[in-house]
Amino acid sequence: MTDVLAEKAARPQRVLTASPAADHSEGMSYLNSLPRRLVTLYLPLGIIMVVLLFPFYWMALTSVKPDEQLLDFDIYNPFWTWNPTFKHIHKLLFDTQYPVWLWNTMLIATCATALSIFASVLAAYAIVRLRYRGAQWVGGAIFLAYLVPPSILFIPLSTVVFQYGLFDTPFALILTYPTILIPFSTWLLMGYFKTIPFELEECALIDGASRWQILVKIVLPLAVPGLISAFIFCFTLCWNEFIYALTFISSTQYKTVPVAIVTALVDGDVYRWGSLMAGAMIGSLPLVILYAFFVEHYVSAMTGAVKE
Amino acid sequence: MTDVALKSRLDKRPIQEPTSWDRLKTNKNWLGLWFMLPAGAILILFLAYPLGLGVWLSFTDAKIGRAGEFVGLENYEWLREDSTFLLSVFNTLLYTTVASIIKFAVGLYLALLLNERLPFKAILRAVVLIPFIVPTVLSAIAFWWIYDAQFSIISWSLKQMGLITTNIDFLGDVWNARWSTIFANIWRGVPFVAITLLAGLQTVSPSLYEAATIDGATPWQRFRFITYPLLTPIIAVVMTFSVLFTFTDFQLIWVMTRGGPVNATHLMATLSYQRAIIGGSLGEGAAISTAMIPFLLAAIMVSWFGLQRRKWQQGGDND
Repeated sequence: MTDVLAEKAARPQRVLTASPAADHSEGMSYLNSLPRRLVTLYLPLGIIMVVLLFPFYWMALTSVKPDEQLLDFDIYNPFWTWNPTFKHIHKLLFDTQYPVWLWNTMLIATCATALSIFASVLAAYAIVRLRYRGAQWVGGAIFLAYLVPPSILFIPLSTVVFQYGLFDTPFALILTYPTILIPFSTWLLMGYFKTIPFELEECALIDGASRWQILVKIVLPLAVPGLISAFIFCFTLCWNEFIYALTFISSTQYKTVPVAIVTALVDGDVYRWGSLMAGAMIGSLPLVILYAFFVEHYVSAMTGAVKE
Repeated sequence: MTDVALKSRLDKRPIQEPTSWDRLKTNKNWLGLWFMLPAGAILILFLAYPLGLGVWLSFTDAKIGRAGEFVGLENYEWLREDSTFLLSVFNTLLYTTVASIIKFAVGLYLALLLNERLPFKAILRAVVLIPFIVPTVLSAIAFWWIYDAQFSIISWSLKQMGLITTNIDFLGDVWNARWSTIFANIWRGVPFVAITLLAGLQTVSPSLYEAATIDGATPWQRFRFITYPLLTPIIAVVMTFSVLFTFTDFQLIWVMTRGGPVNATHLMATLSYQRAIIGGSLGEGAAISTAMIPFLLAAIMVSWFGLQRRKWQQGGDND
């Protein structure tokens, strides 16, 4: 008891004599006691986390639950299963065209992303560094293009896709997704290119390098983090896209995972919840894995896009 | 400089016209054109042209497989008396307003919590973003199952706690369906708002808070007079995006309710899909999509300029 009092008495002195190096970035929050932090910080944070993650837990649990436990809440506690089964996942992978859909999604996302990044690198470099006549206006127009949502475009675009003879082919999606991706990644890459010192390019210009050589040999290697960010974000957007895929593709074998799950896996009134949840879970996995490796890039892409 | 010198020399000797290859190598404007070509071509062919075509279609009576005749404002006059369309406008406004406000409030709160001193901070931040990473349709299917009329886990839990006696019909009742879809939208949107605001919070210098604390500012005053003003530019951008994507949302509604029950959750986007693609009336569907543009512009203006103006008032620099 006396020790505690002595400690308390000694504290103001310590604070006063503390060197500036002991300055904590949290301000005075270290004075808050643990019970106080429990109520004001950990409890609300915990509740929000549980709400954010519960649907995924439920998805994963449903996909390994045997059928009888899925629909009988009186005997079995629905929050857990004691005898998980891989029946639903097996059925999904071997009795449906799920692998084909997964492959389609992967192929379309990869092609559309590659095409968009190629186009955006050139466009962003031209806007930031070449500063041709009207570059600023083009930059503004690209920003505006980002604000045009697919929900407004899909009707005329479906007639355009039909006119171009692309209807019900993967090219319909590979060529239309870049309209969502290019504005975003151009914007992101413009920010990255601006941070690369112009002196490097001047030196190369004096040495007689062409603009193309400068772009490939100097700018791109320095912009790798930006390229990764743009890649991840584009890939995620492709995987997520729904309305174009729903409108432009009609054959089951060309569908992407999100569309196929909604249209082909749900048959009539019999919802196969186990397989549906397995499909949703497996469809999310590639993105979650990709994201796990590149979290920092992803977050910087998101915030970078907003700050620019 | 070099361009001007080169041009004047070429002007003096008109015989040696530069070949197009020379132009391509030296002239910035030509180079710019070549560099812009891939992006420009895609955006013009698949964005600008369809956008114009969409507005044109809205003035025609086009159907699937048949080019339309120009009918003037007939589609819009039709829509003005269409109760389903008016209901979808109401739904869209309700959905956007409620979801955006709550997303902002919860997102800001979560950002402030994550900005505190915490163990496993990096992991927590990564985990928070997962609802935003996972494709919307796939999480919407999970919500569909959570909201199931008979086997909803929420109904079961509430019954176990003795709070209700019969299952809640989440997606079968008009207002329940509206709140359920709004909740799913908030669930998906909060991570984006929270993480971007958190990035903004981290640029605020801690010394400002220390100075304010020494001056005796309460936590609320610190938030109101330091955090909020410094965060307004980023709030403007985040809320513009958030409103834009909520207003034009299609996926969540289409997967969970398809606009039902009795059109109670139809947004303008889902209604235009139903009329144009399923019903085949391209012109009418295009008119509904085109009718979204003024609302969209208004929403963007409010969140962008409304918040940016504060920045000017406080004498911040306009970067």
